Parts: sequence; structure tokens; C-alpha cells
Amino acid sequence: MAGYPIELIVMQLFTGLALGTVFVLLAVGLSMVFGLLTVVNFAHGAFYTVGAYTGVFLFGLTGNFWVCLVGVPLVVGTIGLVVERFLVRPLYGRGIDYPLLLTFGLAYVLVELVRIAFGTSGVPFSAPPSLQGALNLGFGYFPLYRVFLVGFTTVLLIGLWLFIERTRYGLVIRAGARDPEIVRVLGIDVSRVWLLVFGLGTAVAGLAGLLAAPMRGVIPEMGIPVLVEAFVVTVVGGMGSLAGAVVAGLLVGVVVSMTSLFAPAFADMSMFALMALVLVIRPQGLFGRAGLMGG
Amino acid sequence: MSTKDDQNGTDGNRTEDRHGLNRRDFIKTSALGMAAVAAGPWIGGFARAQDTIRIGFPVPLTGPYGSEAKEQAACAQIAIDEFNAAGGLDGRMAELLVRDDKLKPGEAAKRTLELIEKDGVDFVCGSLSASVQLAVNSVATERGIIYNSISQSDTINEASDFTKYTFHEAMNPHMTAGTAGDYAFSRNQGKKVAYLVADYAYGHEMMRGFKVAGEQYGMETVAEVIHPLAAQDFSTFLPRIMAAGPDILCLCNFGLDQLNSIKQAHSFGMKESMQLVAPALLYNQRLAGGPDVFEGVVGAANYHWTLEDSVATAKTFNDKYRERHDGAPPSDYGAYGYAGVGALLQAAKDAGTTRSDPVVEAMEALKYNLYKGPEYFRQCDHQAVQSVLVVESKPASAMRNEYDVFEVKEVREASESMLRSCEALGHKA
Repeated sequence: MAGYPIELIVMQLFTGLALGTVFVLLAVGLSMVFGLLTVVNFAHGAFYTVGAYTGVFLFGLTGNFWVCLVGVPLVVGTIGLVVERFLVRPLYGRGIDYPLLLTFGLAYVLVELVRIAFGTSGVPFSAPPSLQGALNLGFGYFPLYRVFLVGFTTVLLIGLWLFIERTRYGLVIRAGARDPEIVRVLGIDVSRVWLLVFGLGTAVAGLAGLLAAPMRGVIPEMGIPVLVEAFVVTVVGGMGSLAGAVVAGLLVGVVVSMTSLFAPAFADMSMFALMALVLVIRPQGLFGRAGLMGG
Repeated sequence: MSTKDDQNGTDGNRTEDRHGLNRRDFIKTSALGMAAVAAGPWIGGFARAQDTIRIGFPVPLTGPYGSEAKEQAACAQIAIDEFNAAGGLDGRMAELLVRDDKLKPGEAAKRTLELIEKDGVDFVCGSLSASVQLAVNSVATERGIIYNSISQSDTINEASDFTKYTFHEAMNPHMTAGTAGDYAFSRNQGKKVAYLVADYAYGHEMMRGFKVAGEQYGMETVAEVIHPLAAQDFSTFLPRIMAAGPDILCLCNFGLDQLNSIKQAHSFGMKESMQLVAPALLYNQRLAGGPDVFEGVVGAANYHWTLEDSVATAKTFNDKYRERHDGAPPSDYGAYGYAGVGALLQAAKDAGTTRSDPVVEAMEALKYNLYKGPEYFRQCDHQAVQSVLVVESKPASAMRNEYDVFEVKEVREASESMLRSCEALGHKA
């Protein structure tokens, strides 16, 4: 590969994996809500935007990024709880397009509220000083903040996985997703479980918005492309599969990164080409269960 | 999606709303509008076209250039209000019809056609993309409607796209990239240049402008990375540029792309080893990015509000804008909206009519100074000959207030020598 030194290839691969973790972070909330509730949350991008702006607001109040890191998921998660309880809940059992349309409209309302509260132009938001600057990785310089992001996302994912797979509450969540009727017969209040899952999904979406804010511009429309990216990752990974979201996110990151190196103009398209390819070979996605959408 | 039209509706309303209409006025206007619709589109459309001077204003309110587009609409409204307050054209008032072109040539063409055929506009001004404006230009000028473009393009000056009804208030890439490049290349910071280019007309025209400017300094291109328009993450484009080790990186992109690419180049520590240059360094994006991210980035600009210290019309324009926006000064691209509509209305007044041909003659004869010092339209291609600013983003410590973001390093006075010659553009001498 003339003109492409090995350091550059390695750097590009690493950049792709780091970008992949951003994609995982963007998609995991969407994937979880879909997998466990079969709700296609079109307001995912809007919750992401609300997360970034809540971060801007909290940062203005406290001047401390770490406070935001705790506060944002709490605030956005609470909004999620309210949305589930009063808007989404009446629509359970009515077919998949009801909550889809609801959240689609909700996204407009949330973004409009952000515009009213913070204005239509972008607002600045930077990484905390301790996470600024670039780190020498031996094969090139890489932003310290992105390294932090890879670590943070990994911890977050392990935490989510442990919660869902290894705790009693997680067991109930999984059982509720598999067969809500039996769970109800066993005397468990499924609606409380769903409430929690939706809140958790939106909290993660808000957190993703906060964490993306130092890299991408904070504008009211910032969630629109994110919704697309999150859907690509979710579809490639298989609707509703946490492991699928992780693998697909990393895969999409690497594909985008490598395309950027050899044919940068097609970087955006490569994501959709990958999705098309996966859908042709495995319509249910890499880790998806067949028929979940139709069921 | 089916909400397309709703969205346009709300966008239009929101923009009008921001232009000083209060809720009550808005409801009244809507009621009048509905009455007109009920009276039949023919009567309504015809009657209004006779009385009011209507200016169609297609701009990308949604999308990556939304922030600049909204500014343009807000400033254009100031020009309209000024004209009306001064009595209009023999009592005929002007009205601005803002439409969202979504940064798509097809959408822009459709909206422009609607503006002309349905709303009966007298003039069209607007668009915020090198490629979209060509679509608007052809739709408007084919129907004999004057179009004054307020975004950068080289092509619109060329004989193939130019018509007698085409005017270009904005600067063009040859001027801006030429000026920014000349400034950066002459500083002796090294000869190696890399380009990060948004993959559409603007990006490519800017790169060409830089390269032309680099010829006399013997600049050498070490990397050209083309990125898709409205890319979200630039991290994957940057390693190749870093590996090429340039002394200067020219960012040939716009709007949110400019913000995101500078933000991410900053996080990769690239500013320490290379000078970042933007052909049009944007005031709005700098406000959204913060001083640290932009510190030291240089570029060209059509305007920076601190010009008011030396230019009287800048002061007047700034004050009018401040009055409506809680003391915040106008932005560079906003000022284009003001000047684009202002020049049209001035010419209509001079001509004493809104008919296209006499107004074209008045535009050609116009010597105007609306916000930045003297300007005029060159005869052969109707390009606004105007001054070009070289600006550098200030560090936080040097800012007098939150809006004092750029230091004006140079003002290159209006001169046709900055433009490509009429012959080079294919016009008869």
C-alpha cells in the first residue's frame, strides 16, 4: 500500500474503533428500549439533544463537568420516566407504529423547547481542562477526550450488561420482554419494569448527548443525524440486541474510518452500504432475533 | 416524510415571529392571510402583487447552515422595515417571504418557483450554498425575475450561468480563499499545504482559490481530503492530514462543518503544528465553538461588527440589529441578507418601479454603502465589488466582550483586481 504507511493504517484503525464506541454509545439507548419494550423511539435523537443542553445548563450552573456527568442522566432519565408513564404507556399493545408516531412528534416538541430555552444558534461546550489536549499513542497523537470516552463507554456497557444479565431486576426485565403475560401472572408489576427501562434508555441517550457535546457542535438540530446513525447501528447489530449494538457500532466505526482513508468522499455512504449488505445477508441483523418487528 | 409541509409552515412562521411580530400581530396577520386565501388565490395573489413589493427569500433554515440562514433572514427583515419606514416606493411597502430550501437544489428550485408563480414575488434574494444558488438562479432568471445571491460562488459569475438578471452580493471563493490564502502563505510559515474539503461546489471552488493564491509563493499541496457535506465526525479524516505533516491546513467547508472540523482538529492538537485557515471564518460558528477552540485560526470575512469603529454605516446597521437582539451585534452572513435585500430595494427606488429591466439598469448604476463601506456591481458579471477582511480568532484574554471574537488584521479595499477578469469568466469585454 504505497503512500499509506503502517502507522497511518494503525492510527486509522484505532480512530475507527474510538469512533465505533461513540456509535455504540449513541445506539445503546435506542437498542435497549426497542429490545425490551419493542418501542421504536424516534425521540432518541431529541433526548440526546436535551442531554447536551442539560449539560450546558448544569455546567453553567456548577462549572463542573463531572457534576454534569451525574446530573444529565438523572434529569433526562426523569423526563423519560414522565414520557413513558403519561404518553407511551397508553399505547402498549396497540401495534408498533403508535409509539413510533408518538415519539416522532415528541421529538419535534422537545427540540422546539430547546430552541425556545436556549435559542436557535449553537452554544459552546468544551471538554474539562483535565481531558483536553492530545495523547501520544506511539503511532500518532489522539485526543485525550476520546480515549476517556472509550474507557467510559466500556464501563457503562459493562454496568448495563451486569444489570440486565446478572441482577434479579434484570431477570425480571428480560422475562418481561420475553413474555409479559406470564410475568404478570407471577404477580410482578410489569409496567414498573417498563417504566424503568424507558427511563434508563433515555438517560443513556442524554448521557450520549453530553459526552458528544465537546466533539460535535451543540445546536438544537444535533440529534437529527444521530438518530440516523443510531438506527444504522441498531439495524446492523440486530434490533434489540445489546451485544449486537456493541459489535455493530465498532464495525460501523472501522468501516467509516477505513473508507475515510481510502475514499473519504464516500465515508458517510459506507455506513449505509454496510447496512444494505447486512440486510441482504442477514435480514434480522447480526445478532437479532428473526420476526421481532413483525411480532 | 409527510410533515415536510408542516415543517415549512412552522419554520416560516417562526422566522417571521422572530422579526419583531408579537403574538397578537401574528394572529391578526394569519387571520388576514386566511381571509385572502378564502377570497380565492387568484384575487389575493394578484392584488397583493400589485400593491406590495414582495421579495422571495429561500434559505436553508434547517440543516447544517441553519444558524447562518436564520441570521440572514433576520437581517433581511431589517432592510425591509427600513425601506417601509422611509415610505416605501411611492407608498408601496415591501414584504419578505422566507422559505426553507433545506440546502437542497431541488427543494430550492421548487420553493423559488412557488414564490414566483404563486406568491408573485418581484425579486428573489437568498440561498446559502454554492450549488443551491445556481438552481435558484436558473429558476428565477428564466422567468425574468432578478435574483441577488448572498452566498459564495464562483460559477454564478461565469458566462454559462450568468444572465442579465443575476446579481451576486456575496463575495466569491476566488476573492475570499484568494485573500485568506495570500495572507497565510505570505507569513512564511512553511510551504506545505493540506486541504480538508467539503464535497460540493463551495469546497472545491475554495480549494481552487487557495491554490491560485499559492502559486506565487510556491506552495506545495501535501494532502487533499474530501469529506461529505454535513459530516458529523471528522476524526477519521484527520490522521491522513497529520501524517502528511502540513504547515498550513485550509478548511474548505462551511457552517457546522467548519465548527466540527476546527473543534476536532483542536482536540487532536493539530493547531500546535500547523496554521488553520478558513476561507470564510464564521462569526456564528466561533460563538458556538468558544475562544479556545478557535484561537489563532485565520480567515477571510465579509464583515465583523467591530468595523463600526471606522465605518459609519456599519455602526448604523449594528445599532438597528442590536435594538432587536438584546444588544448582540449582527453576524457576517447576516449582513449579506441585509445588503442583498437592501441593494434590491434601493435600486427599485432609483428606478421608480419593480419591473425587472429598469431595476437591472438601476442596479448596474448603483453605488451603495449599506454596511461595510462602498460597493458596486461590476458590469460584466454583476459581482459586488467590495472590501475583504482578514480576521484572526482572538484568545479569551484579548476579548473586550463576549462578541469581540475576531481581530481584523487587514481590510483589503474594494477593487476589481481581486476578481477574475471578465474575459476569464467568458464574458465579452
